[in-house]
Amino acid sequence: MTNSQQAAANLHHVHRDDVGARMGMWLFLFTEVLLFGGLFLAYSVYRYDYHEQFRLAAMDLNTGIGTLNTIILLTSSLTVALSIAAMQKNNKFLSMVMLFFTLALALFFMINKYFEWSGHIAEGLYPKSPELLNMKNGEIIFYGLYYVMTGLHGLHVLIGMVVLSFMLFFIAKGKITPENYVKLENAGLYWHLVDLIWIFLFPLFYLIH
Amino acid sequence: MANGTIAIAEKSFYEVSTNEHSGILSWLLTTDHKRIGIMYLVTIAFFFLVGATIGLLMRLELLTPGRTIMGAQTYNTLFTLHGVIMIFLFIIPGLPAIFGNFFLPIQIGARDVAFPRLNLLSYYIYVTGAILVLVSLFLPGGPIDTGWTFYIPYSVRTGTNVSLALFAAFILGLSSILTGINFVTTVHRLRAPGMSWFKMPLFVWATYATAWIQIIATPVVGITILLVVIERTFGVGIFDPALGGDPILYQHMFWIYSHPAVYIMILPAMGVVSEIITTFCRRTIFGYVPIAMSSLAIAFVGYLVWAHHMFVSGMSDTAAWIFSLLTFIVALPSGVKIFNWVATMYKGSIDPQVPFLWVMNFIFLFSIGGLSGLVLGSLATDVHLTDTYFVVAHFHYVMFGGTGTIFFGAMHYWFPKMFGKMYNKKFATISVITFFIGFNMLYFPKFIMGYMGMPRRYYDYLPKFAHLQEISTIGSWILVGTIFFITGYLLYALKKGPKASSNPWGGVTLEWHIPSPPPMENFKEIPTITHEPYDFSQLKEMEYDK
Repeated sequence: MTNSQQAAANLHHVHRDDVGARMGMWLFLFTEVLLFGGLFLAYSVYRYDYHEQFRLAAMDLNTGIGTLNTIILLTSSLTVALSIAAMQKNNKFLSMVMLFFTLALALFFMINKYFEWSGHIAEGLYPKSPELLNMKNGEIIFYGLYYVMTGLHGLHVLIGMVVLSFMLFFIAKGKITPENYVKLENAGLYWHLVDLIWIFLFPLFYLIH
Repeated sequence: MANGTIAIAEKSFYEVSTNEHSGILSWLLTTDHKRIGIMYLVTIAFFFLVGATIGLLMRLELLTPGRTIMGAQTYNTLFTLHGVIMIFLFIIPGLPAIFGNFFLPIQIGARDVAFPRLNLLSYYIYVTGAILVLVSLFLPGGPIDTGWTFYIPYSVRTGTNVSLALFAAFILGLSSILTGINFVTTVHRLRAPGMSWFKMPLFVWATYATAWIQIIATPVVGITILLVVIERTFGVGIFDPALGGDPILYQHMFWIYSHPAVYIMILPAMGVVSEIITTFCRRTIFGYVPIAMSSLAIAFVGYLVWAHHMFVSGMSDTAAWIFSLLTFIVALPSGVKIFNWVATMYKGSIDPQVPFLWVMNFIFLFSIGGLSGLVLGSLATDVHLTDTYFVVAHFHYVMFGGTGTIFFGAMHYWFPKMFGKMYNKKFATISVITFFIGFNMLYFPKFIMGYMGMPRRYYDYLPKFAHLQEISTIGSWILVGTIFFITGYLLYALKKGPKASSNPWGGVTLEWHIPSPPPMENFKEIPTITHEPYDFSQLKEMEYDK
């Protein structure tokens, strides 16, 4: 580094704005809500068009697995919040343990999802399957929406797992500290959103008959 | 605006690197908003020239009836590409990504945007999307041929590379969202002390309103085009009528975004117009608050008008007239702006330099575009004119005559500030005039042809349109010639132009208080704002070229 660059580097101010970072995250979450909003819109339009067939198709979904997954995600939202609280109280170890629990619960959710999906696929219920094409239009669309909406949600769970793993790594490396934990907080916000979207998906697909 | 905090001579951002690298890496890995703005400028200008060349080829094909230089399928591909490139790669990101990045932080007295690294990431996401568009041209299956609206069911049935091109559009949307988030946060968090909301320059207001549309509208089109990709890959049936899906729902979801996107394109341009008019009239803007609020009003009402693209698609009559009414209402805030600009000029001491001439061009062309929009917003006339050349003429007057013209206007206004060099003003004046002639020759005949019944997107036409098509094609030569001429003298100025002063036009917003090109961190000390944004009494204390 030359002298002038050194001087410039010293001049370069260090910018940190936690309120701004949180605000940016909330705006991003807002776009995520709108992304799913498009799907909820499509769901409501087709539910209106084919309400009888939606009712019939929904009977086949396994409410048990859905309920279990809801409990898992809600619990994981709690553990991620506890992780942030632990970090605020300067308990690095507890914070990491809670994050680890969150990740484990997320994995558990995905495993359930895997069994649920493969169950349906084994029954021959997947897009373009002869079984499904024989059904009425409303049922085809119900399953189409089911796979797309829970699939996109599952993708968000996966992304959330990657993000939370990074947070675990950052805490271990000492990059997230009780003085500077906005990254962890934002990751937590993202995770709450994933949870929140599931809370809407669950009744729409599993409960309304 | 700033009192006694004028930065003294410092090294410009070209000479100082924000990272430990030097040379090309100091650019590619920079987090400086000015350098990112210039990287966007280079990339976007490149795609603009590509899009313009494609347009020129299409015009050549239409020079004579029947086959001239290409076949029908090539023509379908070209008009799709022309649309995709010009809309997603040039006009949507154009003004906010280039001039927003460069000048928004400076105009509010900040050192950078709120998230500098995210800013660089948005740039690379944009580049990735652009590359995917280009890759989709060369993969087996052939380039996309659906038109830029990707209407279902054709977009599901065609064998061309629709999925990849749509995925590229999705990625470009993500870039747009991230830029929007960055700008909103910057405006909220990083305004200099004393800069209250109503002391912000109007370009900042316009970019702020735009950023909100980017945040709110883009995710909806994101999910819509993602659904088309999923539809094509797995056949889930959400939009496919054969499986019970509703193609009209696709159109609703597409236009819920894509109509507000029109305001993403035009609002920043309107912001630039406000800047240029005040500077060259040496007078504060007439009706500052109404202009600022009209940006927000356009952003808001712009959401409620999407279905005017669908009057003949099979909506209920009630829906059609409601959307027609709402479409008229959105013309009001645009009218507020135009009247306020004209009122600003009244009794101003007008200095008709090049950027101001571009603005005159804008007001003329945009007014034609806007008024023909009312013809299309009215139900009865729209049924006659839907999918004719009239529509093509209308949106080229709005998009190219509006935003495109201001792209050149902003370029000529801020060029000395961005590069510290001055271009040849005589050449620039000539190019404004030839642009005007070429533009009207190219697009005005399309109004007439459209009214006579020439459909858009057609490869061939009846002999009765031959003369008008010829005039239009000759206009395209003049226009493209002008664009290459402008590119030429600006590049020459970059290399050999005389040094520009810090304030060549006598502007008073913050960017004219700092040296040209700006120093690394914009301001040695963050200024305290005491003046209204367009208070020209400060000019007495500032240095500027008479």
